[in-house]
Amino acid sequence: MLSIKNLHVSVHHKEIIRGLSLEVNAGEVHAIMGPNGTGKSTLAAVIAGKEVFEVTSGEIIYKSRNLLEMAVEERASEGIFLGFQYPVEIPGVSMTNFMKTAVNEQRKYKGLDPLTASEFLALMEAKKKLVDIQSKLTNRSVNEGFSGGEKKKNEIFQMAMLEPTLAILDETDSGLDIDALKVVANGVNALRRPDNAFIVITHYQRLLDYIVPDVVHVLYEGRIVKTGGKELALELEEKGYEWLKESNS
Amino acid sequence: MKNGFTNGIVRLREKLEAACSEVLARSDDDNGFIRKERERAMASFKRLGFPTQAMEAWRSTDLTATLAQDYRIFTEAPETGQDIGQIFQCDIHHLDTDLVTLLNGWYVDHGQAIRQLSCGTVVGSLAAARLAYPALFEAHYGRQADVAAGGLNAINGAFALDGVFVYVPDGVTAGKTVQIVNIINSDENIMIQPRNLVILGKGSKLQLVHCDHSVRHKRSFINSVSELFIGEEAVLDHYKLQNKDNDSAQVTSAFFEQQSGSRLSSTVITLNGGIIRNNLHVKLSGPGCDASLHGLYLVDREQHVDNKIVVDHMAPDCVSRQLYKGIIDDQAMAVFNGYVHVARDAQRTNAYQNNRNILLTDKATVHTQPHLEIYADDVKCSHGATVGQLDPEAMFYMRARGIREDTSRMLMMYAFAADVINHIRIHPVRHQIDEMVYRRLRGELSVCDQCILDCNAQRPQVFEIDLNKI
Repeated sequence: MLSIKNLHVSVHHKEIIRGLSLEVNAGEVHAIMGPNGTGKSTLAAVIAGKEVFEVTSGEIIYKSRNLLEMAVEERASEGIFLGFQYPVEIPGVSMTNFMKTAVNEQRKYKGLDPLTASEFLALMEAKKKLVDIQSKLTNRSVNEGFSGGEKKKNEIFQMAMLEPTLAILDETDSGLDIDALKVVANGVNALRRPDNAFIVITHYQRLLDYIVPDVVHVLYEGRIVKTGGKELALELEEKGYEWLKESNS
Repeated sequence: MKNGFTNGIVRLREKLEAACSEVLARSDDDNGFIRKERERAMASFKRLGFPTQAMEAWRSTDLTATLAQDYRIFTEAPETGQDIGQIFQCDIHHLDTDLVTLLNGWYVDHGQAIRQLSCGTVVGSLAAARLAYPALFEAHYGRQADVAAGGLNAINGAFALDGVFVYVPDGVTAGKTVQIVNIINSDENIMIQPRNLVILGKGSKLQLVHCDHSVRHKRSFINSVSELFIGEEAVLDHYKLQNKDNDSAQVTSAFFEQQSGSRLSSTVITLNGGIIRNNLHVKLSGPGCDASLHGLYLVDREQHVDNKIVVDHMAPDCVSRQLYKGIIDDQAMAVFNGYVHVARDAQRTNAYQNNRNILLTDKATVHTQPHLEIYADDVKCSHGATVGQLDPEAMFYMRARGIREDTSRMLMMYAFAADVINHIRIHPVRHQIDEMVYRRLRGELSVCDQCILDCNAQRPQVFEIDLNKI
């Protein structure tokens, strides 16, 4: 589904990702772990299409297409979803209007008729239950005045609404208490299907108790330095990242 | 003054002075009061002349090219010819609402220069009201619009031939929204100077919607002055919608006076126009008044919009709020000049002032100048102004959900504008303006969509609005 080969990415002439390769197949959940500042969020943003990052070499093939040639919104309509580490507040744009626009623009891209108001509301009600999101939140402006936990739940809610093929969750667990963490994990698990895939970026093994990954990668200084099964996460939790730094220096 | 325009400006000045002499010589219907007012105004105009950019109040707005045009100036109601019926025909189902029409600045009376509505409200022509209600007229006319304050006020006062008169007696709640539609329909360049007088008696209530509309016209210059008196405990909701074409110039001056415990909500929406200057003057004369002044301007190309607001807190325990927001595209320019004056005795004043702007291009300009002058010591006042671009992080967030870039931009601009639109209290009007703003931001709004009623018979009626349901 996603194939990244020898990717190099710079921002403001500073190289952040230095030769990263990654293969993600349908039905898989990949976890990417690693210390701060190693390029995890950069990788997520590059896949989503954030323009500030410059891909200097390498390629990203998604569903047999060159992802790097696609506009941000086209990637989204092709099924890429980025769960933001810091969801953005958009004053004045209601969640309902925002989601309705997003769902219908994606449908339009696929050549489908827009959902009617009642179809849309029914969809929204169903998905709200999935992430235990309160009705009042969808009446408010996008993320405005949401607590940290509400913002993260809202990301999962949007993911549920848009049913992506490849979802990248960028530290969705950070700042969550254990109950919110379970809600987020349950949401992800409910959406897992043989034809979609997840990349879960996290610092902590804790989330992976709930979202069990097929593959765990360790990202360090812009490269994947270690790949293993779910037990790798436990090892990291136990040993920390110091041993990585030593073995790579 | 720019060379080349000077002759034109001198010509306009001479024309206006000659036309005014003509009006003064024709003293047939004058009881002396209006004649004195006109003479005083003319003397003031002779002294002040037209505004120039050398004056602080006009620093950012250049009327030179506007004043240099050759305009026809009417000293009596022009022959309206064949068009009247046609213009109004499409609105027959609306005519039983309290619709008031000005054609080229003159009241269209439909055979009735003044009518009393079933609720008791009187609406009609200013010229007719002057004769029918001399005491009321003389007690209020010219009280607020100071002819010494500016040349354009003065020249309006020197004519003051016609306009709209609205009187809501004490305790009366006007049943329907009164709507003034100001129609320009001329084959010539014209300068018009409507003069409006609105009087709300004690404890009365009125909703007033004021739209500008062009049917067929050349270059036009509107210099309107309105005086609005809001009696004790009275409530006025005032909406002004401007959607003029790029060849038009408009200077509007509205003077509000609020007596104790009265409430004013004013909303000025500017969707299009060549040069627009809106002067809004609110005098809070009695204690316990509340004034909310909202504005929204969406300008592009070479357009210019200038909102000048003066709020004068003369009495204690009053609240005033200003929220003006604008989106400026292309090479357009917006000016906001808000001034709040709190007099020594106006203790416990709450005054808020906020002007927010989004510039969409490098060449778009905004001059914003919020300004407070406080002489009382127990007050809560704040002012602020922001100028910014659309948040790129929010843009990315929306696009990352599959929303196209232009749609994302539109949604954000619309959200920015909605802040002002949501203050509109007449629901169908809010809905209508909402729709117009939406279309304006999508670039789909034509200047034919002038007002709530969309009178133009040539076009299918896009906006369905039934004023009967207001």
